[in-house]
Amino acid sequence: MLRQLHSLPGLIAALLVVVIAVSGAILSLDPALERAGSTVPAAGQISVADLTQTLADTYPGAEQIERKPSGAIVVYYSDGDRVGADVVNPRTGQRIGAHEPSSFSRWVKNLHRSLLLDTAGRAAAGIVAVLMLVLTISGALLLAARLGGWRQMLRPIRGTPGQRLHGELGRAAFLALLLSALTGAYMSATTFDLIPAGSAAAPEFPAQVSGGPPRPVGELPAFQATDLNDLRELVYPFADDPTDVYSLTTRTGAGFIDQASGEFLAWQAHSSARRFHQLIYSLHTGEGLWWLGLILGLAALAVPIMAVTGVLIWWRRRRAMPKFSANSAPNAAQTVILVGSENNSTWGFARTLHAALIQRGERVHTAPMNQLAAGYRRAERLLILTATYGDGGPPASASRFLARLDRFPEAFRIPFAVLGFGGRQFPQFCGFATMVDEALAAKGWPRLLALDTVDRQSAQDFARWGDALGEAIGLELELEHTPARPRTTTLELVERSDYGADVQAPTAVLRFQAPARQGPAAGWLRKRHRLPRFEPGDLVGILPPGSNLARFYSLASAARDGMLEICVRKRPGGLCSGFLHALKIGDTIEAFIKPSPGFRPAAGKNPVILIGAGAGIAPLAGFIRHNAARRPMHLYWGGRSPQSDFLYEAELDGYRRDQRLTGLHAAFSRASERSYVQDKLVADRMHVREMIKQGAQILVCGGRDMASGVRQALNEVIESLGLDIATLQLEGRYREDVY
Amino acid sequence: MKKLAGAFCLAAAISLPVIALGREVTFTTQLKNYGGDGAYVALYITDANGRYHETLWVAGEDTEYYKHLRGWARGSRQQRSEYDGLTGASVGSGRTLTVTTEVADVLIDAGYEVRVDTAVEDMRDNQADASVALTTDGAGKPVTGRGYVQSLRYDLQ
Repeated sequence: MLRQLHSLPGLIAALLVVVIAVSGAILSLDPALERAGSTVPAAGQISVADLTQTLADTYPGAEQIERKPSGAIVVYYSDGDRVGADVVNPRTGQRIGAHEPSSFSRWVKNLHRSLLLDTAGRAAAGIVAVLMLVLTISGALLLAARLGGWRQMLRPIRGTPGQRLHGELGRAAFLALLLSALTGAYMSATTFDLIPAGSAAAPEFPAQVSGGPPRPVGELPAFQATDLNDLRELVYPFADDPTDVYSLTTRTGAGFIDQASGEFLAWQAHSSARRFHQLIYSLHTGEGLWWLGLILGLAALAVPIMAVTGVLIWWRRRRAMPKFSANSAPNAAQTVILVGSENNSTWGFARTLHAALIQRGERVHTAPMNQLAAGYRRAERLLILTATYGDGGPPASASRFLARLDRFPEAFRIPFAVLGFGGRQFPQFCGFATMVDEALAAKGWPRLLALDTVDRQSAQDFARWGDALGEAIGLELELEHTPARPRTTTLELVERSDYGADVQAPTAVLRFQAPARQGPAAGWLRKRHRLPRFEPGDLVGILPPGSNLARFYSLASAARDGMLEICVRKRPGGLCSGFLHALKIGDTIEAFIKPSPGFRPAAGKNPVILIGAGAGIAPLAGFIRHNAARRPMHLYWGGRSPQSDFLYEAELDGYRRDQRLTGLHAAFSRASERSYVQDKLVADRMHVREMIKQGAQILVCGGRDMASGVRQALNEVIESLGLDIATLQLEGRYREDVY
Repeated sequence: MKKLAGAFCLAAAISLPVIALGREVTFTTQLKNYGGDGAYVALYITDANGRYHETLWVAGEDTEYYKHLRGWARGSRQQRSEYDGLTGASVGSGRTLTVTTEVADVLIDAGYEVRVDTAVEDMRDNQADASVALTTDGAGKPVTGRGYVQSLRYDLQ
């Protein structure tokens, strides 16, 4: 709901919001520029009488004096038949220059407040201000929900570069944008008389004037009593009209002054509504508050970037969410299917289930688990299909499910069934599915079916569960699932280096390129096809021949390196690792990229501690290779034997020499020393502690056993700092890529 | 001759009631290319002593801004009854404002003047930007203004 509230106005008004923000940013320079070009005396130094006295010599034809909010003094005068306006120095009364409001500024101002379309445009600009207000507030709420509450607002934002940029800019500009939108909406409302602006004080014109001979302008008591900084506008009496008066507008009110006596004939103070309106006006325009104007202008410049990233984020999310035919609304559906998926394979199963239920005449609502609705009015059952991420954690589309479930209405309970997806080889097989199953049961929801699991995307397991489900709800369900084959790119093996054969750990570093171009275009285009985009730490999914089930490997290179590099250990009986190890130069694979933006060094200069074992070195070597800024990077790595499986040995030596790598700590389990990577961490604990104190980030890649050993060792090492891995993980400083 | 006299009588018969009420006068105010937002323009008549007599037209919609048309504002006291039904849109830079209205015959050739006050946002106000005496002879002869007014002219119908 909140998300729709954010994306809908964002999409509708993106372009208008950008126009108004950019024009506002340009206008924000004006008060500062005007302020830079004018001298402002301190309060109490110059009175209005002093100024008019000085001007009597330099501008005998003065008709009107205006003090701009910046402090600039403008004199409007006539000289014979000629009229003009000059900016003058308030001390000397000398001309500084002609007062010529730039026509560019005027154009931008009209664009900003009316899109150059007069009344209709002003209304549109007002609506944009309100939409901007909605966007700012809903965006802040979304970010707070994403980061886990208002107290966590300053935590690092995770996600794709676009999501991070959107969130970080939004967070930085939040207050300024809120102020601009709020004051803009207010000003628009006063333009259309929806809110009283409090009209400027305008006393009645005096019926009687003294009619005596005019006194010199420097001697009028009312002018002597008014400080120049309080002046807004002074209009002289019309030439040679003894019945006319001076009209004086100041910070506090307006009045008329007799030419002869120099006393106020009438005075009216501004209403409090008017003073409030003036305050809002200055807050919005930065007039008289040039520094605030510059801050607001700078913040407004974030808007075009946020509009572009926002639309991209929306588009990606839309594309990632599989389309379902006949997907009912949450309140209309009899069956609700919620999906927790990390890499979209679970969505395929959900689609099969959805279609089968529709075919039986059911009304079905299918959505990601994160979109748990506030209620399902007609629902008779809830089916949850979810994978597990890492060590029992929620997959991407279910990351906020348990928190949302906590806020779900207590009274609502319908039968539910959870189906977990995963691989039995992992210790936390379907850990998250178990957690969800228990959470629902703990809330008192009845189980329609006991928790069931699907091992390695087994179509048989799924069909069996479908039978049980059909029996439980009295429908004949046949769930025939054929996994959709992901869209892949063909890559060609161009280089391989083999390690570890002597220590029963055959491991290969494989380098692929896009295949050479064929046909007539090959001569004048680049020689090879383009690689898909990727960075070290991203994953490549590889489909072994005859299988639609991808195996994922961490990438050691970036697309701009011109090749795709992975490190593969051959597993006994492994279908994909066996296939990859059997590849010869020139052979091809079918592969696709799965971005993993969370697993890479955070921006900045803080040290990075890289920990891995065996083939897990691949992304870590990629990070070191791309450490162009030469930030401190320390690699802790474990292998079997320095003679046989010291992966990347020569490259790492080179990186140490050119300081891309600061420290290399290799442990070998079959060498005379017999140590594991966690032993190296413990031995080096003083240094590790020191780096973590300096804000170091830790990136771990390798097998599960190594990862849990490393966690245990590190928890002991940093205990004395009052820290633990869970805390570092919350701060985004501890990240794992574990298989 | 007889025919001519008849025509004269007919003309007198038609025009007499008009004379009793007033005359149609067209006022044409052309603005310079002053390069600013739309100008607020007040067109009004003053008596032989230069005092406000009546409003002919006020161009500009925001009454809050009327006080900048200072001579007119002072004379009319900005009372709505003075300008009700006599307002329209502001006049753009370089544009012409044409107003046709009925002027009492007693005002013509009697020392009355037509005045134009102008004001533009963020630019100067011009009290009596242009003024011209309301006479039968002066009709059709443009005068120049000192502010935003390029020329002011009136034509008796």
